[in-house]
Amino acid sequence: MNSPLPDKPDDGLTGPTGKPVQPKFDQNIMLFVRLLRRIGLPVGPASMIDAVDAVRAVGVSSKSVFYHALASCLIKRPEDRQLFEQAFHLFWQNPKFMERVRDLLLPQIKVPGLDIDDREDMLRRLSDALADPPPAGDSDDTKIEIDASATASEREVLRCKDFEMMSADEMQAALAAIKTLLPELPQRRSRRWQHRQRGGQLAMRAALRAASRKAGLVLPQFQTRQTAPRPLVILCDISGSMEHYSRVMLHFIHGLTQHQPAVHSFLFGTKLTNITRQMRQRDVDAAVQAISISVADWSGGTLIGSNLQRFNRDWSRRVLTGGASVILITDGLDCTPDGDMSALQRLHFEMERLHKSTYNLIWLNPLLRFDGFAPKSHSIQTMLPHVDDFLPMHSLQSIGDIADAMQMIGRRRSKQLIGWQKLARDAGDTARRYISYAQIKGAST
Amino acid sequence: MPRKPFETVAMLQTALRSGGYLASDGLSVSLFLALAKSRPLFLEGEAGVGKTEIAKMLARLLGRDLIRLQCYEGLDIAQAAYEWNYAQQLVEIQVQRVEAPVADNLFTKKFLIERPLLKALQAHPAGPPILLIDELDRADEAFEAYLLELLSDWQISIPELGVIAATEPPIVIITSNRTREIHDALKRRCFYHWVDYPDADLELAILAEKAPEAADDLQQQIVGFVQTLRQQNLFKSPGVAETIDWAQALVELNCVALDPQMVDSTLGVLLKYQDDIGRIQGSEAARILTEVQASMIQSELSRQ
Repeated sequence: MNSPLPDKPDDGLTGPTGKPVQPKFDQNIMLFVRLLRRIGLPVGPASMIDAVDAVRAVGVSSKSVFYHALASCLIKRPEDRQLFEQAFHLFWQNPKFMERVRDLLLPQIKVPGLDIDDREDMLRRLSDALADPPPAGDSDDTKIEIDASATASEREVLRCKDFEMMSADEMQAALAAIKTLLPELPQRRSRRWQHRQRGGQLAMRAALRAASRKAGLVLPQFQTRQTAPRPLVILCDISGSMEHYSRVMLHFIHGLTQHQPAVHSFLFGTKLTNITRQMRQRDVDAAVQAISISVADWSGGTLIGSNLQRFNRDWSRRVLTGGASVILITDGLDCTPDGDMSALQRLHFEMERLHKSTYNLIWLNPLLRFDGFAPKSHSIQTMLPHVDDFLPMHSLQSIGDIADAMQMIGRRRSKQLIGWQKLARDAGDTARRYISYAQIKGAST
Repeated sequence: MPRKPFETVAMLQTALRSGGYLASDGLSVSLFLALAKSRPLFLEGEAGVGKTEIAKMLARLLGRDLIRLQCYEGLDIAQAAYEWNYAQQLVEIQVQRVEAPVADNLFTKKFLIERPLLKALQAHPAGPPILLIDELDRADEAFEAYLLELLSDWQISIPELGVIAATEPPIVIITSNRTREIHDALKRRCFYHWVDYPDADLELAILAEKAPEAADDLQQQIVGFVQTLRQQNLFKSPGVAETIDWAQALVELNCVALDPQMVDSTLGVLLKYQDDIGRIQGSEAARILTEVQASMIQSELSRQ
């Protein structure tokens, strides 16, 4: 072992080889690992021991080698590289910072003015904002005073009630009920084979295998393709106009993620955030808490086109493999000005690409709760032609309907959707004329 | 203590360079650690950045066998690890019927067909082989789980036969294009490295190595153009493999310096999506080219 660190005896940590390790240096690596955990990198104790070991193997003569040795042990996801790099430079190049981290992490003493405090503050603010129950209407309160027991008709009322109109108690009941309404993911044929007693193709390999156990008696065996659930990707809008539904939707997504392995979920407002990891946490409140930290754009505006572009470019090839279906949850109200043709063109382009790269695209829109809904907004007109289903999502009833729609996957478009798309097409003709006019004008100038 | 084929990171880097592979510092360190610690190296990155090439180069440098397992959906144990030779077993049964039955055990090594994973565990005269598990993201999760035993304990359990363990662990390199997330349990067992696009200097050196017929000026123009392209928010940025292809294509067309027409007509070598080509072709390509030429002249002047 050509370690540059002196092998002096030590009462503390020992490496996996059993050899004592220079205590101070190891302690610093340990502190660094703790710092990484603080900022959200998933670093287990095994990786920490690896890091100590790796540094001993490569030595500390070159900064770049030292950096990469730590990086290859402690980074497990590419998205963590930037955080790691910043933490590395802060920690290893500034002895003062190292001291402060030591103060902060070891004896649990808070150093005022350090930005971690600010972050905690922000965390609380965000989670508070999220946990606020939607405002309850007056009429709902009186109804509960009269009869709070859950009778059958009461349950029926709850089932059809708009989430926006629910009182805090009703909301609790609704969130609990969502767990029973989760859709089963549709199945697709996988490339793996499964043995069958009868039916399907002849399985020669299995027949021969059985024969070698039955003293050479070859009996036919059969096989069919296994089925596997289609992956599901959920894209959920969290802009201001969707505020009252985002909590319900988070519970819905959490239930699905717990229940099925191949569910990926993203939130978008002004930027796109992958929340799949957080959603894998067992406890729904912990998951929502974790999400409130990582998402920075609650209740702001929406840029649907640019978010879809980001998804198509950065994520679609990673999560849309294996014939995935997509659920898009948004009211379709883009915050770009209505006359902005280039934004609409982009939305059209990205929506088309998304539609073409999925097996099935379902759009859930809370605006459908209004009887008089018509696709008047240009962005809705642009998006409607590229979906396979268009459903409401404002009540428990409508969430139950999603389950049915998911099973209808691959069938013909519903009559209702055809009606919507016709409306959008007729209304969109005017808009399209504008677009082509703008193009001609843009080309000539 | 596992033996190290290379004493230092620098030695490894020099050896790779002499073989014609120019590795970045990060990749060299990860590879060095993987060799020194006998742990698998997990390489992730866009298509065409040289993930598979490093395994081939390593096999050549160390004079070891390269055992390659190309992953695909539905890949199972029978194709990846081992299979029983059923036909031969049936013949054996017939033979035993005629002659006096000696041993009734048909599940011995005699009837075992070795597939790549099992092959990699066997002793090789030249030393432990390089096992390349290519594009693991294309296999399904069930197969990934099967690899866990192999990668941590260097053994494969065959129910009929028992455990087959490696005398010396093979050098394992796993690659992924990230069409799917690989489970943390597998990543934990490996050294991880994200193979990024090379920076301009490294790419120029790679081009000088792989397409020496191209003139120096042309090489610089190519690298400048490709580096700018990668910042253009394209659906798929060109990899190093595309850069080399492009240089070779341009040499084939007797091109000595880039001009807009030449770029437009050969853009299909670099970009593989029609939307990307449509965006870059024409005025955008001409603009990038002028930029590249301007910066080349500038650096020329500052050098003088």
